[in-house]
This record gives sequence, structure tokens and C-alpha cells, in this order.
Amino acid sequence: MKGKNTARTLVSIMLNEEVHVNEVLKKYPPSIRENLLDILHDIQESDPHHYLSNEALTAVATHLGMDLAEIKGTASFYSMFSFTPRGKHVIRVCASPPCQLLGASTVLDKLIDTLAVKEGETTADGLFTLETSSCLGLCGVAPVMMIDETSYGNLTAARIVEIIERIRREDETS
Amino acid sequence: MRLARSHVLIGIEEHSLIAGAKAVEQAFIAAVEKQALSEEIRIVETGSLGIIGHGVVVVVYPEGVTYVGVTKADVPEIVSEHLIKGHPVERLRVYSPPCFDTEKMRTGLVHKQPRIVLSNCGVIDPENLEEAIAGGDYQALEKVITEGISPQGVTDEVTRSGLRGRGGAGFPTGKKWSLTAPGAEKYLVCNADEGEPGMCKDRLILEGDPHRLIEGMILAGYAIGVKKGYIYIRGEYSLPIGRMTRTIENARANNLLGEHILGADISFDIEIKKGAGAYVCGEETALIESIEGKRGYPRLRPPYPGAVGLWGKPTVVNNVETLANVAPIILNGADWFRSFGTETCPGTKVYTVFGHAANPGLIEVEMGTSLREIVYRYGGGVRNGKRFKAALVGGAAGAFIDEDGLNVEMDYDSLRDYSAVLGSGAVLVLDEDASIVELLQGILRFFRHESCGQCVPCRSGTNRLEAILDRFCVGEGSEDDLDLLLRVSRMMRDTAFCPLGQSPVIPIESALRAFRQEFLSYPAVATSV
Repeated sequence: MKGKNTARTLVSIMLNEEVHVNEVLKKYPPSIRENLLDILHDIQESDPHHYLSNEALTAVATHLGMDLAEIKGTASFYSMFSFTPRGKHVIRVCASPPCQLLGASTVLDKLIDTLAVKEGETTADGLFTLETSSCLGLCGVAPVMMIDETSYGNLTAARIVEIIERIRREDETS
Repeated sequence: MRLARSHVLIGIEEHSLIAGAKAVEQAFIAAVEKQALSEEIRIVETGSLGIIGHGVVVVVYPEGVTYVGVTKADVPEIVSEHLIKGHPVERLRVYSPPCFDTEKMRTGLVHKQPRIVLSNCGVIDPENLEEAIAGGDYQALEKVITEGISPQGVTDEVTRSGLRGRGGAGFPTGKKWSLTAPGAEKYLVCNADEGEPGMCKDRLILEGDPHRLIEGMILAGYAIGVKKGYIYIRGEYSLPIGRMTRTIENARANNLLGEHILGADISFDIEIKKGAGAYVCGEETALIESIEGKRGYPRLRPPYPGAVGLWGKPTVVNNVETLANVAPIILNGADWFRSFGTETCPGTKVYTVFGHAANPGLIEVEMGTSLREIVYRYGGGVRNGKRFKAALVGGAAGAFIDEDGLNVEMDYDSLRDYSAVLGSGAVLVLDEDASIVELLQGILRFFRHESCGQCVPCRSGTNRLEAILDRFCVGEGSEDDLDLLLRVSRMMRDTAFCPLGQSPVIPIESALRAFRQEFLSYPAVATSV
């Protein structure tokens, strides 16, 4: 049963994939490598699972006239790109020394506890993926995390629970 | 434009957005409308007001009253009491501690905080071209055009000013421009890949006065003979990317970018390139590789980018803060610029003071200002009445400076005595309870994570350093391990390919010099001095 569902999800992902990847590629002239990072950003941002699939990377390779291996080799250098499907919301906890000084490890522990996932994993309901980031450049309100494009600072264990619960509620009602 | 009797400035930058600045702004707009005062009172979005970590900051002009920690619930009171009756709300007000009074900071009346780079930051609406111009932006460009100053003239003025690169190494900017090889096709790259932990000055310049950067780039491009510039911004900086993108479009629409700028024989345009999460791309040759759409591996130097850069063409790479200094220098002259700072390092430096500082924030002070002044006068000392233990100056690649070093005058040359680099301008204040061992572990983990893997000393060395330090974190480190840390990091300094691998020695040496005993007694509670 589970296998069937996964297959169905995969098919729907792939169909969706083709549409949004083609939409992105249309904006960029073919064979210009300079645009590679922009293209990858755009594809990942428009993907419902916030990642770069093999199919998407293959399409990019064809568009730019490059080898798939070279595309993957370049993309994998950069920590903002993901090659596995991620949750609806991507949480990035700042793990830099300034945040660490003001309690970043407590933040990460609380998130691991609240979401019941390890770093790099996605919750069972597919709602959240938990990641860390080297520095988000918001040291004035450390410790900090970003959920999608929104930043949250001066975090405490209580605030984290509150933020996660609020997003969960909003997702249920929407 | 109608003259308003009052201006309410709200700092809209990422830190204050976190504290709910948008909600406060909306509340002000609604309250002012409700009182039918929209014609008289303007609500203005501006950049960082310099006060960070105290919630939403609001400044009301002409009085110059500064409020901190404002929530939307406070807004009706500010409107009815202050804006209507003229009585400032005392419970939210701060009385000009040095880094709080933006108007005085700007004019340098208090504690000589002359604002060259940040003169418009927290004063104007950064996305409003008229306000930027009223704040002095594009005057230097106008001067170059109307007075017919030649490209060589611009370079000479910058050389005479003694401006040195604000990104890290402090290389003289005018010299860098002069050394650029001749050629029809050249490029200018603005390095806005600010990845140094504890640092966000470039973010705040981009968010606070984007037109100042554009003007600096036009002037630099004119001086070097470049028609195309790039701004490489780190991918995590969504607010600066958006603001910069809109500002460039606005400048283009007003003939401040493109062909024949303001009708003169100057053509220049700017494209934004977005990074994707790689600290090493702050290194100029790695950044160039990344713009070309490749892995961000640093290149072998020489040849330097000035000879062989982007797509093999001569390229100048300058930091955001460096370029933001160019227009004021051209407008006011090199002698004026040299009246600030020290003989060998003229001008000012923008710092962010974070960590356990009582008043975390963004400051601009003269080169040569002592670390003591930065920590105590501008940073307000250590929060919660605790004792000062050390400051980490320069980010992850920075040095720990303890109480004995507080009198160091901060510029490129004096910091060299501490093997430190002024570089980014990050000052992280540590109180007596901060653990140097844990912090150094965080730093070494950061280097291991960000090592690009191209050269063996760094790829292997950063892993070794972290593993050795881990032994101290479980209380199993020995004297020999401390020596090993030094040996490995010094070997990396001497053999690694780029500054990333050459840097871990700086925090390691400085931490061991002042806090060696703490490593051996960890995890026992650190007792200070």
C-alpha cells in the first residue's frame, strides 16, 4: 500500500516537475552557463518540495548543453541546494558561533524534540524539514532561525513551540 | 512634495522585521489615518537605525525622539500623546546613549561618530530615489560630469585618499584600480557575499542606502573603464537582494544606469548574482568562479583578477563598504577623507557589535578607535552587569582579544600585532561565563563545514582540528593536544591554497595565548582571570 502511494506521489511530482522546470528554463537563453545558479535557485524555489530532482537537473543539462555530472558537481558544492524532497516548510537554524554563544544548541535540541526528527530530516507529515545554516547574518537577535523566507530571532524554547504550533494551525486551516 | 510637520521613521531591516516592524508600521498608518493626520505626518521606512536587539526602533522627527521596543499596542499612545499633544512617551524613549541618537551620530556631535558610509542609513527611505538624492547620493557623479573629471582623476583622488579595501586584507583601493590591466573588456564585481559569522555590516549598508553603492560602482566603473558590474550577494540575504534589485531598476529608469548616464559619456550597468551558500565564495577568485556558474573553488594567484579575472578578463573586486566610500571621497576630496582615521588607514570603519554587548548595534567610527571604546562606549559594555572576558574580533577568522588587549587601536596595521585581521569588522563581546572552548569548537566546526575541499591541507586539516578540539570538549584533551592544534593550524597557514585554510590559526593561537588553562580544565566552569 505504501509502495503504491509512493509511486503515485512520484508520478505527480514528475508531472508537476516538468511544468515548473520548463517555465523556469524558458526565461534563460540556452547554452549560457553563467545562469546556472540562477536557474537552480528558480527551479528549487518553484518546486513544491523545494529540491532539485534528477529529472530537473537533466533538463537543465540539456538546456545548457552540459553534462549532467557537471551540473550535479556544481550544484552539490552549494549548501542551499537540496537533492532530496523537502517538507512544505524548510527550517534553517543558524549554527554560527554568535548564535551558539546565545543558545543555538538549545534551539536545535528543542526543534529536534518538538518535530521528532533529526537534523536534515523531514517530519512524517511532510510539513517541516530541519536544517542548519552556517550564518544567517542576523547576529543582533541571536539565536536565529529562518522558516522559508521568514526570520525569527531571540529564540527561546517556549517561542519555538509557539511558532511551530502556529504554522501547523495555519496549515490545517488553509 | 508636501511638507509634513512630523516624520515617523521606522527601521525596516531584517532584525527589526523579526521584532514585528511591519505590524508597527501598519499600526502607525492606520492610527494616523484614523486621526485624519495623513497629510501632516509621514510614516517612512528606513534602514537600520543603529540599535539592534532592542525590538522595533522608531524615531520621530523633527524632535529626534527615539523609541525602542515599540509594539503595535504602543502605537495609539505614541500617536495621541506625542504626535497630537506633543508629549513624548517616556516609558519607551531612550536618551541618546552614544549609538542611539541617530541625528547626532550623523553629524558627529556625539563621541565623534562621523558617518561617511552610513550617513543616510536610518535617515532616508532607501528605496526612494528623491530621498537618496536629498541625502547626497549621486552628487559625486554629478560633480564628475559637470566638472569634467577624467577617469584618471577619479582614480587619483581615491589613491590620494588612502582608502583601503574594507573586505579583509586592506589593500589600497586606488592602487588596485591602477593595477588593472588595460583592455576593452573588463569587469567590476562588488563582493556582497558577507559570510563571516557575527557580521552583517554589508547587509545593513545594502538595506540602508543601496543608491550609495550604485553610485560608488558607477564611479569605480568609470575610473577603471568598465561598462558592466556585478553585485554578488549571498543567497540567504533575501531582503537585500530584493531591495537592491528594485533600486537598480529604479536607477535604470532614471538614466542613472545604462547608456549615457545623465546624458554624459558614461555607460554602466549592474547585474545581481545570487550566491547559494558557500563561505569560500567570499574569496575573490572563488566568487569569480561562482559568477561563471561553476563550483566556488579559489583560483591560483597570481595571476590576480586585475590581470585575469571574470571570463579571463581584467576584473576589479571590491567590497560593499569600500565602494560605499567612493562617492563621499570624490565629492568632498581626499584631504577631507584623510582628516578621519589614522595616517596609514584614513577614514572610518563600520562595525557590528554583538554577542553579550549591552547595546548591540551597527556603528561607524574612525579608524584607530580603540577596542575598549567600541565595546564600552558604543556597545555599552557587557550586558547584565557581567565582567568582560574577551572580544572575538573579525569573525570566525578573527582573534580573541582579552582585557589586556582592549586598548588596541583598531586599524589594519595595529591589529596585525594580534595576528588579527580587521577585515569584516565583526566584534563579538564575550562575558565572563562564555566558554572559549565551546566557541572555538563552533568556529572549527564552521571551518570544517565550509572548507571547499580543493586542497589537502584545508580539507584534511579542518577535520583534524575539529577532532582534536572535540577531545577537550569531553575533558580528555592534553597539553600535547594543544600543541598539536597549533602545529596543524600553522602548517595550514603555510600550505593551504586560500585564506580559508590559512585562517584557523588566528582564533586558535589567540585563544591559547590568553586562555590556555581553560582548555585543560574544561568542562569545569570557566573562571575568569
